[in-house]
Amino acid sequence: MAAATAGSGAGSGAAGSPEATGGSTGGGGWRRPHGPLQRYYGPSTAEAAEAPPDPTDINGPHFDPEVFMTKVRSECPLGQLLAREATLSREIRALDSDMQTLLYENYNKFISATDTIRKMKVDFRHMEAEMDDLAANMAAISASSARVSAALQDRHRRGAQLAGVQALLRKLQALVEVPGRLRRWAGTEPARALRCHARARAVLRHYRHLPSFRAIEDESHAIMAELAQRLRTRLRCVHPEPADECVEMLLQLEEPAEELSEEFLSQAGARLEAELAALEAELPTADPSGTATTPPPPASDILDFVDRGSSAFVGTLCQLGRLEPFAAALATRYFALLERRLALERGLGDTSLLVRALDRFHRRLRALLELLPTGADAAAALVARAARERVDRYLRALQTFFLGCLGDVRQALAAPRPPGKEGPGLPDLLATLAASVLGQLKAVLAYVQLFTARDVAFASLPYFKFWGVTLREGLVVAFVRWLCRTARGFADGPAERGAPAAPPALLLLLARLCLDYENSTISYILTLTDEQFPPQDSGPAVTPGPALCAEARAAAQRLLDHYVQVQGAAVAQMLRKSVETRDWLGTVEPRNVRAVMKRVVEDITAIDVQVGQLFEEGVRRAQSSDSSRRAFSVYSSSRAPGRYAPSYTPRSAPVQHATWTPSLRPRAMYACCPLPQVSVLTGIIKISLKTLLECVRLRTLGRFGLQQVQVDGHYLQLYLWRFASDERVVQGLLDEVAASAAHRCLDPVPMEHSVVELICERG
Amino acid sequence: MEDDAPVIYGLEFQARALTPQTAETDAIRFLVGTQSLRYDNQIHIIDFDDENNIINKNVLLHQVGEIWHISTSPADKGVLATCYNKTSDTKVMTCAAVWRMPKELESGSHESPDDSSSNTQTLELLCHLDNTAHGNMACVMWEPMGDGKKIISLADNNILLWDLQESSAKAVLSSSTALEGKGQLKFTSGRWSPHHNCTQIATANDTTVRGWDTRSMRQIYCIENAHGQLVRDLDFNPNKQYYLASCGDDCKVKFWDTRNVTEPVKTLEEHSHWVWNVRYNHSHDQLILTGSSDSRVILSNMVSISSEPFGHMVDDDELSDQEDQHQEEKIKEPLQDSVIATYEEHEDSVYAVEWSSADPWLFASLSYDGRLVINRVPRALKYHILL
Repeated sequence: MAAATAGSGAGSGAAGSPEATGGSTGGGGWRRPHGPLQRYYGPSTAEAAEAPPDPTDINGPHFDPEVFMTKVRSECPLGQLLAREATLSREIRALDSDMQTLLYENYNKFISATDTIRKMKVDFRHMEAEMDDLAANMAAISASSARVSAALQDRHRRGAQLAGVQALLRKLQALVEVPGRLRRWAGTEPARALRCHARARAVLRHYRHLPSFRAIEDESHAIMAELAQRLRTRLRCVHPEPADECVEMLLQLEEPAEELSEEFLSQAGARLEAELAALEAELPTADPSGTATTPPPPASDILDFVDRGSSAFVGTLCQLGRLEPFAAALATRYFALLERRLALERGLGDTSLLVRALDRFHRRLRALLELLPTGADAAAALVARAARERVDRYLRALQTFFLGCLGDVRQALAAPRPPGKEGPGLPDLLATLAASVLGQLKAVLAYVQLFTARDVAFASLPYFKFWGVTLREGLVVAFVRWLCRTARGFADGPAERGAPAAPPALLLLLARLCLDYENSTISYILTLTDEQFPPQDSGPAVTPGPALCAEARAAAQRLLDHYVQVQGAAVAQMLRKSVETRDWLGTVEPRNVRAVMKRVVEDITAIDVQVGQLFEEGVRRAQSSDSSRRAFSVYSSSRAPGRYAPSYTPRSAPVQHATWTPSLRPRAMYACCPLPQVSVLTGIIKISLKTLLECVRLRTLGRFGLQQVQVDGHYLQLYLWRFASDERVVQGLLDEVAASAAHRCLDPVPMEHSVVELICERG
Repeated sequence: MEDDAPVIYGLEFQARALTPQTAETDAIRFLVGTQSLRYDNQIHIIDFDDENNIINKNVLLHQVGEIWHISTSPADKGVLATCYNKTSDTKVMTCAAVWRMPKELESGSHESPDDSSSNTQTLELLCHLDNTAHGNMACVMWEPMGDGKKIISLADNNILLWDLQESSAKAVLSSSTALEGKGQLKFTSGRWSPHHNCTQIATANDTTVRGWDTRSMRQIYCIENAHGQLVRDLDFNPNKQYYLASCGDDCKVKFWDTRNVTEPVKTLEEHSHWVWNVRYNHSHDQLILTGSSDSRVILSNMVSISSEPFGHMVDDDELSDQEDQHQEEKIKEPLQDSVIATYEEHEDSVYAVEWSSADPWLFASLSYDGRLVINRVPRALKYHILL
């Protein structure tokens, strides 16, 4: 046990070593410092639960020296025994010296404690005497104090009595004065009179059994009744301002609250009704059938309307704030009226005015809206709706504007031109169209920007957070989409049956417009929009520019395809009729090129000029040396070279034409032609010549018939090759026509080539 | 499952006229009429041996002129009608005649090919359809499913209904009508409807399609401006009355419900040049065959307007025979209209396409350069329709 105490005191290192040699459990690392504590507080359950007591544990409570000795003796070799013995004796020496040190230290402390206690004993004796003195003095003081108070008591009671009487008299004085005061204030300051009456009332009621007090009370009652009467008339009269004050005062006068509120509400309601009616009077009567002719222009502008509505109606309504359902119903009606008024803003009028009106509406209402949470949403929705409505209207206006421009273009195209005088060229028309549409769009953007101006209060509404996106999608993107759709409509729609088809020049113009949109305008517009309305990071997804461009491109492609089909069909029709109606068997020897061929060449030339005005030329195959045969410069000069040149590079043109060789049939006859001018022309020529081929195959020709076809073919070749991207296309088709004609000929004797050339030259 | 390769047969002459042997329901046999101004024209009888993929041909001489149109009797395998050009130095006249082919050629060829080339046989003339008063014959139509005694021919602006008497040796004009109007009206083609007890025909002139009642010879409907340009051909849906397909120079194929002629039911715009021919499959009317002068033949699957819009319907009795477990598998998605295949074996304009009368999955197309191509419906689709 001594070893255990020593271990807890200083020699923890010494106590550890036998344990380590004893091969104790490894988990003792944290347990060791707790061991002695646990033993001090009694054997814990954990300890008790542990393995059976080990008598060989030198630190354990069950240490049995005999057992330990026998164990050590029997198990350890001599060397280890010696070493153990040396260790043990060293430990015992160390423990002894530690014990001595502790003993000395504790002894000193004990000595000083004894000294202190002795000193305290002496001091206490001294203190006891002083305390006795103090007690005696205190007793003397209390006795004299009692004497003094007894002497003064009588006088004090009388003073208090006097003060009470004086207060009572003052109160009485006030009571007597009450009627006079009431009368004085009733007229001018009813509030003060009321306060005064309220103070006096309870007292009067309490002492009403005394006649003099009864008189006062009656008098003041009479005055107050009069005052109540006056207040009521004031409440009833139209002048509204301090209505709630009146009501409050009447309430203080103990007028029945129910009746008062009824009266007050009916008054307020009547006034609000009158205001609403006044507002409504400004709106044209709603026509239930909806067939009204255009309503007369509203009497006052929207700003004025809102202004009046805000100041009069909203002001009154604010006073009603507390009566929520009542006010809410009225507010809803007011919103409905305002909405109707907004709906009257059919024209585009002045957006700034609208914005200001909405802004004022929003501001004025804010006070009210704190009281009416449902109204707040409704008002915000109203503002948002009005804004949205305005954007939609702008979109419609843009569309109408565009259609108007198109109408102008159509008219300009259809207008008969005096011979010799050129009408406005296609490029001019296109430029005018594009510029005016773009200008209109910009103007609209500027207008709608007003909605998010810095000083506009409602711009902070959640709806206007994504105003930019709304505009971009609802206005700009929608317009471009609509434009593409409309343009496509000219190609898809009316060509079918009935309905007048669009003039080919218009198709071409629209194709160019769409192409310009694809190339530059769309990105320009979108950039412009994004600049004016910086996009929000968290905003909803927007339509990317490339998607719009693709749409525009598809529209342009479709229009051009349609143009080729329409023009090709026109020329083809001419050729087909001319072949079908001629008697090829009995015809005379050809002396001239047939007029229809000249017409075909003229038409194709005109088409070339038309296309050339709007589209750059594209790639033509190397031309043969005799291009000097015709004054080609006429066309190239009218083509405004370079005007659109940088905006477009010919797509897949070589691929398209590579598919044509005389041995392959024109599979891609009507197939989508790539955009540049030359492909358009090639497509039209292919369609025309293929028609000629098919028609000739359906006929039976005589010798001169064959020769006529020969002459015509040569003529066409002379004048058409230059329009095609690859003159071999023309050549190949014409060869085929000639071959078919020869095949269909009863007497195939071709004309001498020189004669053919001669005839063509002459023609 | 590889599809069989197309079988190609070349004629020496140019050709426009093609017809299946309508009365033959076992063997696959087509008749082709040639066009040559300088040589004797021929009718090639093309027998196709489906199992061995072999073509056998027999050639009949048709010496009266080049053949523009050919059609076969629905009742008698040996009888056919042609429209041919009779040319003199100053005049071309298109006439029509009914012919009988030699007995041994009626059903199949027994000769070796080298024999036929040296020893061509001649058609036996049964009767002429006298058109001296009526103008050029555009086509001859046999009464579908009839006894081969009634034919209608279109001559310029006349519709002529003939009765063939004395075993087709005599053609008697039983009734006729003429289309009157501004300008020179000319029928380009016509079709006899298999519905309504075969009392209706449809004709095409310029951009207009007209329906006629053969009993009264009166017009019963008229589709003005059916196509933007000339209408080239017509065909009736064999399973769905009132449904009519038309094609024309505007490269389109249109499907009409003749009860509502203001709008086509459907329009196909797959070809890039004039569409000369449109044919419904005789059994599965969703299969539409078109031939065009863009040298292509297109097979389309027009399920949505066919008589089987939801695929093959399983009959109730058929169901009771089979186990019910198959029922679920039979319910399929409605199929989409689509182009099944584009055949590009031709190098010249295709003027005629025809389904075989014997095998509903087989068709022939003929281009101007005399190339006849026999093709089959892709097997995958065939099984899809059948199963």
